[in-house]
Amino acid sequence: MLDILKQIARVGIVAGRRQAEAAPGDAAADPELRAVGRAPCMRHVDAGSCNGCELEIHALGNVYYNIEASGMKFVASPRHADLLLVSGPVSRHMREALLRTHDATPAPKRVVAVGDCAIDGGIFDAGYASCGGVADVIAVDATASGCPPAPEAIIAAIERALES
Amino acid sequence: MNATLAVEHAPVTREQWLPRIEALHAAGARLLTLWASDERDHGEGDLLRAAFLQPGGVVIVELALPDGAAPYPRIDELFPAAARLQRALRDLSGVQAEGGDRRPWIRHGAWSDGDAPLRRDFRGGTPDPTPYGFVRVRGDGVHEIAVGPVHAGTIEPGHFRFSVVGEKVLRLEQRLGYVHKGIERRFTELAPAAARRLAARVSGDSAVAFAWAFCLAEEHIRGVSVPPRATFLRALLLERERIANHLGDLGALGNDAGFGVGLAQFMRLKEDLLRVNAQVFGARYPMDAVVTGGVAIELTPAGAALLQQQFSVLAGETERLRAIYDDHAGMQDRFLGCGKVPGELARRLGVTGLVARASGIARDLRVDLPLPPYDALAVRCASAAGGDVAARVAVRFDELAESLRLGGELLRRLPPGEVCAPAQAPAPGGFGVGLVEGWRGPVFVALETATDGSIRRCHPHDPSWHNWPALEHAIIGDIVPDFPLINKSFNLSYSGVDL
Ligand code: SF4
Repeated sequence: MLDILKQIARVGIVAGRRQAEAAPGDAAADPELRAVGRAPCMRHVDAGSCNGCELEIHALGNVYYNIEASGMKFVASPRHADLLLVSGPVSRHMREALLRTHDATPAPKRVVAVGDCAIDGGIFDAGYASCGGVADVIAVDATASGCPPAPEAIIAAIERALES
Repeated sequence: MNATLAVEHAPVTREQWLPRIEALHAAGARLLTLWASDERDHGEGDLLRAAFLQPGGVVIVELALPDGAAPYPRIDELFPAAARLQRALRDLSGVQAEGGDRRPWIRHGAWSDGDAPLRRDFRGGTPDPTPYGFVRVRGDGVHEIAVGPVHAGTIEPGHFRFSVVGEKVLRLEQRLGYVHKGIERRFTELAPAAARRLAARVSGDSAVAFAWAFCLAEEHIRGVSVPPRATFLRALLLERERIANHLGDLGALGNDAGFGVGLAQFMRLKEDLLRVNAQVFGARYPMDAVVTGGVAIELTPAGAALLQQQFSVLAGETERLRAIYDDHAGMQDRFLGCGKVPGELARRLGVTGLVARASGIARDLRVDLPLPPYDALAVRCASAAGGDVAARVAVRFDELAESLRLGGELLRRLPPGEVCAPAQAPAPGGFGVGLVEGWRGPVFVALETATDGSIRRCHPHDPSWHNWPALEHAIIGDIVPDFPLINKSFNLSYSGVDL
């Protein structure tokens, strides 16, 4: 127990330090401020991703980005969600699950397409097994580009979606 | 492909197919993968290939199946991991095994039985609404719990069906294929450079391993020799990929055992690693750093110093955290004996990579068939005997320490010189394979190019194929609430197998 406490004390508080300073005018210029009073419950849907985008979605919860401190949190059911984070091109095998998840999310709801694939199908494109981007299946409010997009870009897109 | 990997092609007749594979089985060879290529444009039918790993290298048994040929003899009775591969082969290439499970594996409803997306003349399939035939377990008090494809957490989609009595799991049946996005067909539509980017995205958490394997195959076909400095930088990237994944998994495993501090601590270390990647390699996940002929990054002395310093900081941090994990009675109570895959079962199922090493099978390509620069590094293979979650945690800690040591070693011995061989003419028609020990286990890529340099066929294979079936066994007799922990201790790829 003592070792655990020592480790916690030794590391101290590292929360809130983001890597890149957002460019002036960028929606992420002051993400913490923008997020005040905006506390979305979010549900993530991997609609066919390579799993790279999931790695960065995971990072949102680490002590640096600490999105829970700004009131954003992940919930276990779409019925509890205000916002869907959707990654990947939408595979034909996930299309129905995505539509159902979207239907189960109560209105008003927002959708963020996370990553280049979610925007337009990316490297996988549309084909016999892929429908292409998320907007080809459900309405999208904001996008985070990148492959995978950095956590800052995902947070900025969430904030844009909430403002839309 | 590289000085050390010997690849033997063994064309066989239909009569020789099974005896040849039985002989490989008897000699202790391990199945790598099974795939087929459509050769109808060359006036032939399908060419079926089964690749095996044996002590000296890789052997590929090849069986020509003329149009209308009878089903080929199944091999899953010798190599159980082939069962799903055989089903996928039928779904994608229309090539049928004799007997065995006839249910589709990759194909859900987007195309019909008989449509073969990997045939050159495939022009889109007809949707098929037939529901999947799950296996039912009957008995007093037995009921089913079905979860997925969309899960509660941020993980990939798949469907799990538990047959339970009370909380105890009698049987688990997995249904994957949800993230099938047509990767193998997509390869044939892309130019080689874009195809390499696609290879890195077969399973994003293993981007370096897949890109390296793809490049080995392509370099073999083109006759490119990679400068020594580039092989060291590739290994540096691969070890950092291993470190990143192990850090993430160790944090998540602590969390799933109720130790949230572990998650916070390990995720902090992983973030530190990614930030240094961004600083030194220009990307948090340098997915496109490995290119044909070498690497697309350079390492400055300042960058090298930063990496070196981070390796030693991480070594100290993870050693401290390991002591905390080892001494934490609550966590050890959850880890020990949970999700057991005994060595004998692991061997029978053909389990591979990290999961195999945690069941006492000390195999690691960096030791067994070391490609440069690993041939000069004397890698220590981690292993543990327990076969439970505790063993998979221990192997991760050991491999983490070893990768941190290797990282330092690679930097100290980094040769000067070019980081990429000069650009080459397009590949002449040819066939090559690449084999790399990714963080989950052996990552394999087979590549075939046409005379104009375009890609005729590319078959990427993730080690998860061999370990998913073992997860079905690992949960038997444990309780449903232990599944997330056991599943995490395997941490298998969905995208890498759904393709
Ligand atoms: S955007 Fe990139 S990282 Fe994300 S799913 Fe697509 S290929 Fe993977």
